Amino acid sequence: MVMDPSYTNGILGGVLIGAGSLMAMVATGKVPGISGVFGRILRPSSNETGWRFVFLAGLIAGAAVMFRTHELASVFRVPDGRSLIVYAIAGLIVGFGTRLGGGCTSGHGICGVGMGARDSMVATVVFMVAGMVTVYLFRTLVTG
Amino acid sequence: MKKNLLTFLAGALFGAGLAISGMTDPLKVTAFLDVFGVWDPTLIFVMGAALAVFSGGYFFLRKSFSLPCDSGDPVSKQLLLGAALFGIGWGLGGFCPGPAIANLGALRIESLVFVPAMAIGMVLVQRLYKLDA
Repeated sequence: MVMDPSYTNGILGGVLIGAGSLMAMVATGKVPGISGVFGRILRPSSNETGWRFVFLAGLIAGAAVMFRTHELASVFRVPDGRSLIVYAIAGLIVGFGTRLGGGCTSGHGICGVGMGARDSMVATVVFMVAGMVTVYLFRTLVTG
Repeated sequence: MKKNLLTFLAGALFGAGLAISGMTDPLKVTAFLDVFGVWDPTLIFVMGAALAVFSGGYFFLRKSFSLPCDSGDPVSKQLLLGAALFGIGWGLGGFCPGPAIANLGALRIESLVFVPAMAIGMVLVQRLYKLDA
């Protein structure tokens, strides 16, 4: 069976994401969810910001190397009807929601679920379903 | 120093993984969420592989960590509301926090708009709900 290259790249990427999460957890002793790492830098009483900056700098650097060296990684397509205003609203909601809900795709979806946390499993199902409903409504009501 | 180097490498692996798996492409993400349209299941392979590696490693390391896991309390309204809002924003832009930040390096205008807005949303909720953990 020959697998679609985007699936094999997905598996390879997933292995790297899982290994990076694990390595960050070993190095820092914290659950390295991206929204938590980013959000905690923004607190007024911010302590321990050092490793968080380093982790995010690594994330940007690692992705930048891939963008430049792999054609598939450099693909960037904006879905139909997503103006910059939509991106501004989406950013606001994602920031608000991830901190209120205690995590995003990485903190809940990978780390939390990977540690068997019930709350993370619930959160993951909720944000996936909410995302699916949103994409469906956007397609039928806005761009349809 | 060693901690910083490891943390940087960990971030680099994470960022490389996001890019190579296509998760930094917003259309690939909304196509995964578009289960009633032309569905692209790639994200399942990404999450499945990431989960296998992370949970496998955690199984061997779990005794040496005391990480927050479950409180044992019923699932909170905050968690449900927060996750639902996150999902709505995710479906709108095809960006979750990792890919949005990763795309800053490519100076994508969508990222340059999304990430500061996300920071404002986080500061707002952290003040409103006095989140300081």
